[in-house]
Amino acid sequence: MKAADLETLNMLRAERKAAVVLTGLAAGETRIVREDEAIDGDLGEHVSRAFRTGKSATVSIDGDEWFLNAHLPPPRVVVVGAVHISQALVPMAKLAGYDIEIVDPRTAFATAERFPEVAVHAEWPEDVLKQRPLDAYCALVAVTHDPKIDDHPLQAAISAGCFYVGALGSRKTHGKRLDRLHASGLSQEETCRIRAPIGLDIGASSPSEIAVAIMAEIIQAFRTRGM
Amino acid sequence: MLNDELTLAQEWIRDGRKVALATVIETWGSAPRPAGSHLVIDENGKFEGSVSGGCVEGAVIAEAVDVIGSGQPKTLEFGVADETAWEVGLSCGGRIRVYVEPVLH
Repeated sequence: MKAADLETLNMLRAERKAAVVLTGLAAGETRIVREDEAIDGDLGEHVSRAFRTGKSATVSIDGDEWFLNAHLPPPRVVVVGAVHISQALVPMAKLAGYDIEIVDPRTAFATAERFPEVAVHAEWPEDVLKQRPLDAYCALVAVTHDPKIDDHPLQAAISAGCFYVGALGSRKTHGKRLDRLHASGLSQEETCRIRAPIGLDIGASSPSEIAVAIMAEIIQAFRTRGM
Repeated sequence: MLNDELTLAQEWIRDGRKVALATVIETWGSAPRPAGSHLVIDENGKFEGSVSGGCVEGAVIAEAVDVIGSGQPKTLEFGVADETAWEVGLSCGGRIRVYVEPVLH
């Protein structure tokens, strides 16, 4: 590997961008592939697979061996709303290997006491997201029920291309939400990325069950993205 | 900030040290570290990271110092089926392949 390639790779990783390091084992040549680069043929399929699964592997194509080292940013779940569902979602996300953090400007909700061992931002989402922008490896979960708090981060998540955007609320609530988002300039194509009612349909009822449904939906979205 | 072997390799190079990167490229059975795991080594055999649970690092480091000298990458294999298993092998019974390459300026 060239030192310049190593620098490029480290820069992409620091920016939370995915990369696959492609090494031809016979020739000893290395190349850094970014997610938006297309590679032809069987090798291209293996590269796409590495981006999707995050699994590194050696593959053999026409007698040539290639090692594909996948560097994916760790998925991060940003929860807007320091509510009962979020309290259950925190340990589940951690168990599944996802980073998670809580944002809620309502200081009575967003306390370290209610959310031990997780980053809690008791600020408006627009302020937090300026400091910590969303990206394609983020899941945005909006669960406050309050348009003043939820609407902005939902728009931010759509424009950042978050792999998951979910919002709590009944179909009726979501209908009103869509009206507001369309009025503020979002297209139908963009807003249909919002998963609402939030969570896989497992008949969840309690806050913990809803958290299971949300976590399952996040995992499904992450593992099937780009397919 | 990511604090790991790849970041460290870049820092070592910036400090003027000669560096090799060892990477697990394939595993069979119960290998301790998955494909993609790194060990970074300098010309004096100083290292960080791991390609196994400490079982074969010594051998990889020795090879890496050679690779830094020659400038040519090398693929190594370790495991119970390998004859070197009696000296350096994986006690867990797994097998791994490790690619050792120089980081070139």
